Amino acid sequence: MAGAVNLLVQSHPINSALSLIVVMASLAAEYLLLGAEFVAAVQVIVYAGAIMVLFLITIMLLNAGKEERTKGSRVATLIGVPGVMIGAVLVAWTLVGRSSTTHSVPIGALWGAPKDIARLLFRDFLLPFEVTSVLILIAIMGAVVLASRPEAIARTHHRPEPQEERELVAAGKDR
Amino acid sequence: MTLTSYLWVVPLLPLTGAALNGFFGRQLPRKAITAIALIFCGAAFVMALALAAGFSSASAPYSCDFKHWLRSGDFQVDFSFYLDQLSLVMLLVVTGVGFLIHIYSVGYMAEDDGYYRFMAYLNLFMFFMLTLVLAKNYLVMFIGWEGVGLASYLLIGFWFIKDSAAAAGKKAFIVNRIGDFGFLIALFLMIKHFGSLDFTHVFAAVRTLPTESAGAGLLTSIGLLLMVGAAGKSAQIPLYVWLPDAMEGPTPVSALIHAATMVTAGVYMVSRSSAIFERAPMAMMVVAIVGTLTALFAATIGIAQTDIKKVLAYSTVSQLGYMFMACGVGAFSAGIFHLMTHAFFKGLLFLAAGSVIHGIGGEQDMRKMGGLRAYMPVTFLTMSVATFTIAGFPPLAAYFSKDEILWKAYSSPNGSWVFWLIGVITAFITSFYMFRLWFLTFFGDYRGAEATQDAKHQSAAHATHDATDQHGHGHGPHESPWVMLGPLVMLAILSIVGGWVGIGGRFEHFLAPVFQSGAAELAHESAGEAAGQGTETLLMLISVTAAVLGFLLAWTLYLRRPQLPARIAAGLGALYDAVSHKYYIDELYAVLFVKPLIDGSTTILWHGVDQGVIDAAVNDSATAARHVSDNARHMQSGNLRSYAGWVAAGAAVVIAYMVWMGVPR
Amino acid sequence: MVPLSYYLVLSGILFVCGVLGFLIKRNIITIFMSIELMLNGVNLSFVAFAAQWHALSGQVFVFFVMVVAAAEAAVGLAIVIAVYRTRETLNVDQVNLLKL
Repeated sequence: MAGAVNLLVQSHPINSALSLIVVMASLAAEYLLLGAEFVAAVQVIVYAGAIMVLFLITIMLLNAGKEERTKGSRVATLIGVPGVMIGAVLVAWTLVGRSSTTHSVPIGALWGAPKDIARLLFRDFLLPFEVTSVLILIAIMGAVVLASRPEAIARTHHRPEPQEERELVAAGKDR
Repeated sequence: MTLTSYLWVVPLLPLTGAALNGFFGRQLPRKAITAIALIFCGAAFVMALALAAGFSSASAPYSCDFKHWLRSGDFQVDFSFYLDQLSLVMLLVVTGVGFLIHIYSVGYMAEDDGYYRFMAYLNLFMFFMLTLVLAKNYLVMFIGWEGVGLASYLLIGFWFIKDSAAAAGKKAFIVNRIGDFGFLIALFLMIKHFGSLDFTHVFAAVRTLPTESAGAGLLTSIGLLLMVGAAGKSAQIPLYVWLPDAMEGPTPVSALIHAATMVTAGVYMVSRSSAIFERAPMAMMVVAIVGTLTALFAATIGIAQTDIKKVLAYSTVSQLGYMFMACGVGAFSAGIFHLMTHAFFKGLLFLAAGSVIHGIGGEQDMRKMGGLRAYMPVTFLTMSVATFTIAGFPPLAAYFSKDEILWKAYSSPNGSWVFWLIGVITAFITSFYMFRLWFLTFFGDYRGAEATQDAKHQSAAHATHDATDQHGHGHGPHESPWVMLGPLVMLAILSIVGGWVGIGGRFEHFLAPVFQSGAAELAHESAGEAAGQGTETLLMLISVTAAVLGFLLAWTLYLRRPQLPARIAAGLGALYDAVSHKYYIDELYAVLFVKPLIDGSTTILWHGVDQGVIDAAVNDSATAARHVSDNARHMQSGNLRSYAGWVAAGAAVVIAYMVWMGVPR
Repeated sequence: MVPLSYYLVLSGILFVCGVLGFLIKRNIITIFMSIELMLNGVNLSFVAFAAQWHALSGQVFVFFVMVVAAAEAAVGLAIVIAVYRTRETLNVDQVNLLKL
């Protein structure tokens, strides 16, 4: 929770990213408490290890700086903070109010073994599994296309004339 | 008689002619148009003759039904045609006189550009008139009624480029419509109370009802409303104002529609409804009063008119008044008799007037005519026959019919000597103005000689003026071609002999089964005749004297001492002005009805409703849509965070709603 | 024995923080991180319920959510890079060319 709040409070994105990593790590601990060992491991590896690293790379690549405080952000903070706090209270109240129907969760016993999860994944949830793999493929392709330089794309479509080719080479604009 | 099962063919023949000429006439040569128009009209006439030949009173009436037109609960109306003595008479008159006028128009309209249109409209009119006359129920009659009004509008405004002609056509149609309103209400009453519009049913139902005493009742109402319709169609007070203006149309139109046939539709309708009127004495009285007053009123206006066609127009109104007077005193067959003779002599008068106008190059003002009997002998002869007829000289046609009316007005149980007296006075005035016309046109010196040049220039200016001047005649008045004179001669012969069918009451006997005033009336009649033979002879002499007096007066004023009329007119001053301006009735109507209607329409309906409500509703709703979208536009700011804000707000609303409603387990 | 509601409250708070960050932060990348935070909150509640009802499918679903989050992060950051190339800014308020 502290990490979450810190994410909001910090003005430099690097700091926000680091506090998010803190959140991820603590969540992994929570998962272990709930007995989901596989999920905890995946959380650390994928989320904290891959996704956050990606975020950090992007932040450093783009030289993101501190955010300035403008009039708009002041307004947003003024409205947003109380509003969302009300929302938080509402959510909490609802959930606690229904706590009569939920009972306690035991701590400790690790029952989410990878073997069992694998059994589910490849048997009952095979279709979603395959679909998500296609989804990842698409995401990869999309990321490659989006992030590449426009001239590079154009050049894959267009075979330059010898004249153009010479010009491009001269301008240093070829690959 | 199997021929009567083809009764429906009679109206359809001219309709076919109208369709052919109307749709294809533009491409057809003159001769083809003429042939089509004349063949179909003539065929209708021939069929009418054949029907007449095979007609026998014993097996009348014939009807020819096409089942299944309107069905609504118990009420039904079919396309049915009907031939009894009354419709046979009308049929012969309409087809006969119509055919003659078609022939005449061939010559009269020969050089007009809209020749095919004219012939098509004439045939169309014949179709509607025949539908009206041959109808077996009021609704089919109403089709014909409206249709002749339409044809009249088309033909009056034939030279529609002329503003006055177009306005006259509109006036005719609108005034007709006012009358039609009354007619329709009468039809509605009939439907409600008798459950049918068929003549046989209605009259049978009516005959079971008792005679209504003076005062309002169902039959009185129906009768009065029918009279309103008749007043509109047959130009009686107060709806006569369209007929003089209708002279804007070509002369054959005036002859056919406004003398011989259409305007007599009202008389026919009233006669057809005789069963209703006989049981509603109040309505009959109103009919008689209206007719008599109109006769007198129109005759007085006719004295002071200078346009030859206007004189004849007012004369028509006046003669129609005679017919209504006859119907109003219960002498329906006398009214129909006069209708028939009137068709002959009035048609002849108009056609001859057209011949005169045609011969002097389009001039219609009598003050510019004169001495034409030397130039147009045949026209002169035929017109003289007609003039003497209308004045009521024996043994010409109208003498018999007019005398019959006057006698019945005097002697009938519904009549009174007041009607007779006014009738005689009107006869005197009629004779006077007709001979005035006769003398002014044909005698004396030709006053138009020096104006021939002007007339030519004038006619050239009015490109669509009456008759034509492109004959290339530089010389003065001339006789018309034989295609125009032939019908004149025919009608003259009919004017002479046409009245002889009425001698000895034969005509009345013929029509008696229709009017079923039947045995009682005839017995009354013969009793009255026997007793009043002397009275009748006396009255007859009085009316002939009136006619002769009129002749003498006109002779004096317009031939012997032509300077007198002007002096008299100057002496009478304002009275003369009023008469010559038609008693300012048109102006009165304009102030009373037309102007308020137009103003009200402009202010309330146009500005108020159309612009203020309807246009405003449409425009304002468009403006409102624009304002709404102007304000909603701000949601699309392009700012990512505002979008996010909207999303969050929406999600919060949904979640709140779900929490509030309670998520079902 | 920890009552389930504690886990759920935590999950809710994490989610709400994510929403708040999404609304008030101007740096695109920070906004993305708030999205990740939201997803994590949801993951927590999934696992909590899975533990309560001893249903492994809850954890499997967490797995899928993580996959989707990864894919979305990858593509989103690629977009950010592309936008940065043309606009030279990471301020989301200045990426509003759709506005008339």
